[in-house]
Amino acid sequence: MSSAVDLDEPPAVSPGGDRPPRRRDWGRTFIRGIGQTLITLGLVALLFVGYELRVTDFLSDRQQDQLSEQIQEQWADTPTVAPAVPAPSQPAPPFTPAPISVGVGDPFAVLHIPRLGTDWSRVVVEGAAQDQLAQGPGHYIGTAMPGEQGNLALAGHRVGRGSPFLDLDQMRPGDPIVVETADAWFVYRVLGDPATGDFATDPSGIPGQQIVRPEAVSVIAPTPGGAADGPASGAYLTLTTCHPKYSAQQRLIIHARLDGAAISKATAPDGPPALAG
Amino acid sequence: MYTWIWRHLPGPFPAKAFGALVLVLAVSALLLFVVFPQVEPLLPFTEVTVTP
Repeated sequence: MSSAVDLDEPPAVSPGGDRPPRRRDWGRTFIRGIGQTLITLGLVALLFVGYELRVTDFLSDRQQDQLSEQIQEQWADTPTVAPAVPAPSQPAPPFTPAPISVGVGDPFAVLHIPRLGTDWSRVVVEGAAQDQLAQGPGHYIGTAMPGEQGNLALAGHRVGRGSPFLDLDQMRPGDPIVVETADAWFVYRVLGDPATGDFATDPSGIPGQQIVRPEAVSVIAPTPGGAADGPASGAYLTLTTCHPKYSAQQRLIIHARLDGAAISKATAPDGPPALAG
Repeated sequence: MYTWIWRHLPGPFPAKAFGALVLVLAVSALLLFVVFPQVEPLLPFTEVTVTP
């Protein structure tokens, strides 16, 4: 037994039958073992922090690149509806984008937010579970699709995993949030008064930005703040992320409303003017 | 533990140092790419959704 606990002592050095030093060495080995274990745990914790803040960015960026490729291929396969040449006597029929159906985990849209950077764009996947959010912003299953009446609700990470929504607190009333789908662009604008920067001026009573507790599911209701099965009073977009940074105690919520009709990609291949800033 | 590992690394000092470095890198890679991704969902730091 004593040889098993005495592994830290070189076998050649330990003299056989020398009882008192052996007991002292056992105690020393034990204490040293505890010390080394604690140091090791500390290093592992540090490594975990590094993983959360840096390595997940790297993994996520790679997945975003793959998703981006995947969605561009998908969209290339579905031909955009060419604008029908209107008869001179009739006005052009209004553009209606094709309905979207998508499986959980599949990409279906690209989110552009000029406020977060001129080239800021992320591929959105269906589903808001950890698996999907590891790849990019995720769409809450069952909430509205782009352009639909109801609430297009998206969740994204604030810190780590590419930090898509790191600077979401910088959003101001009137800021455009552009959603790109296979055949259309949708421009949503953050609610509130762009002149004063007051988020709470919308007549509907829905604030452009709010900070809520993690259980506040009403923010993704068809009418934000309403009942989960309530009626939709417009086409909204809601972004959720954690708040404050590096914490998950609260949720930072951005509400926006669809501004104007869908814009066909056939007529605006480079995006709506709102995308330019 | 570390003394024990050091004593069981083969070769002269440079070889031991190299072996130790390889071990450290191997353990780090195991933690970063296997252990942490599995442990992470069990921890509450990365919640960004609203759930009842």
